[in-house]
Amino acid sequence: MARVAIIGVGQSKFVRGYPGSIRELAFEAFREAVQDAKMTSKDIDASIICSAPEYDKQRSPAGVIAEYLGLTPQPTFYLETVCSSSSTGLKVAYSMVKAGLHDAICVLGFQKMSEITSAESQERMGRGADIQWESPFGTMMPAYYALHARAHMAKYGTTEEDLALIRVKAATYGQINDRAVYQKPVTLEMFKNPQDNMAGPVASPLRVGDCCANADGSSCIIVASEEKAKVFSEKPVWILGVGAASTAVNMAGRDLFSGLTVAVEASKTAYKMAGISSRDVDVAEVHDCFTIAEMMAYENLGFAKPGEGKDLIRAKETYKEGSIPVNVDGGLLSKGHPIGATGGSQLRTIVLQLRGEAGQMQVSNPEIGLVHNIGGVGLYGNVTILGRD
Amino acid sequence: MAKQEIDDRFKKFGTVSFTSISKVNDFIGYLEKGQVMGTKCKKCGMTFFPPRADCSGCLSSDMDWMEVTGEGTLLTFSKLQYGPVGFEGELPYTIALAQFKDVKVFGRMSKELSDADVVVGMKVKALPVQLANGKISYEFQKA
Repeated sequence: MARVAIIGVGQSKFVRGYPGSIRELAFEAFREAVQDAKMTSKDIDASIICSAPEYDKQRSPAGVIAEYLGLTPQPTFYLETVCSSSSTGLKVAYSMVKAGLHDAICVLGFQKMSEITSAESQERMGRGADIQWESPFGTMMPAYYALHARAHMAKYGTTEEDLALIRVKAATYGQINDRAVYQKPVTLEMFKNPQDNMAGPVASPLRVGDCCANADGSSCIIVASEEKAKVFSEKPVWILGVGAASTAVNMAGRDLFSGLTVAVEASKTAYKMAGISSRDVDVAEVHDCFTIAEMMAYENLGFAKPGEGKDLIRAKETYKEGSIPVNVDGGLLSKGHPIGATGGSQLRTIVLQLRGEAGQMQVSNPEIGLVHNIGGVGLYGNVTILGRD
Repeated sequence: MAKQEIDDRFKKFGTVSFTSISKVNDFIGYLEKGQVMGTKCKKCGMTFFPPRADCSGCLSSDMDWMEVTGEGTLLTFSKLQYGPVGFEGELPYTIALAQFKDVKVFGRMSKELSDADVVVGMKVKALPVQLANGKISYEFQKA
């Protein structure tokens, strides 16, 4: 059966306050991806535009962006699963290519979080979950992940310091990623100093240093049929497995709090489709919107048994030289998290790793890579497995 | 012809409410009478909290109200130092999740409890609480 490849990847620098409009932001990632694929806009058959709409002033951004990228009259549409929008876009593009509808599809993720004011942003944050049953209590994203952190600590004895170690790792690589919004070092001592900003309380047990930053950014992935990949690309990266899952938006409708069921379910599907197990993964990008999210990802993806994620980070096994390198591009914690662009940025990192083009961040000769991208508080989960020839 | 009155009681729920009309508006009526209620499907017996008008198990819309009674166990909690618009005056406050006999309930810890009182595994009860401006909610108190 014909395979489906990623033949081009692009990402803008993730920044605070992008000095341009959303179409111009999208163009930055698009140009890099199309040039990487050695294509022009005319070679692309369709586009999928991904973002979280609550940050957009533009209604239905797909048409506006597709036109700016030179992708008319080809079909385009808008897609969202909040923070996992662009990896959902990849799954849909994969399906459309596999079905024979198109040979080359552009998956463009973007978010200009600074498009709206800080006050507007605060108001939207209050509507981030179940608006009928939870928002009236004054919930926020960090608090939801904090509920998971507390549950993980109570069940497994994970500590605040274990979580801080994940931030320290992220910053190690954020410093060598010129696309990251946060490129400064972070030390454990900063978390221990009550005067340091990193140690400031947000939603117990999570502190400032446990949370990723808002950013503006764009990402672009060019997905192609095997036939087209062979024409354009010397180093196609193959999509081996795509898994996705959903769960109850309301915490009261869930059974697991020390992990995310969507990650467990999506990874099972993706591993099965790729015919591999977690042990075969050489490098991974996981959705570390908060430190606890990366800890849970270790366990939900099978890199560690439930409760043993802390041992991985304590032993530095998820560093570049470790047994399973995770987020060696700085992750969301250092890169920043421009919602709709995040999944595409993670995919780009793994594609560069598999092509041996990750520069200072390169891990040793990886053959199989994994992307774990979560939407909402574990509401949507996508796990994508990529491999090279 | 008399104008039909709109039942928008749900707008009373919580400090800031984003919903005004729901088929389970009676939830507010029960809170005002001192009861925290979920629903139970008359056909298949599935229980729901928060209450639902429609059963996802058997697709029936024939539901009974069911009171969340007795002691629950605190599963997890978080104390917030930042809040969304409209909640600034209440900070800091603690959100929590508790397991009761048939259902889990998401809500807030009573402000009367000190930080030292709040631990995973503690026993709680869910009780209605009157808020400012005629609004109403429920909270967890120590059982």
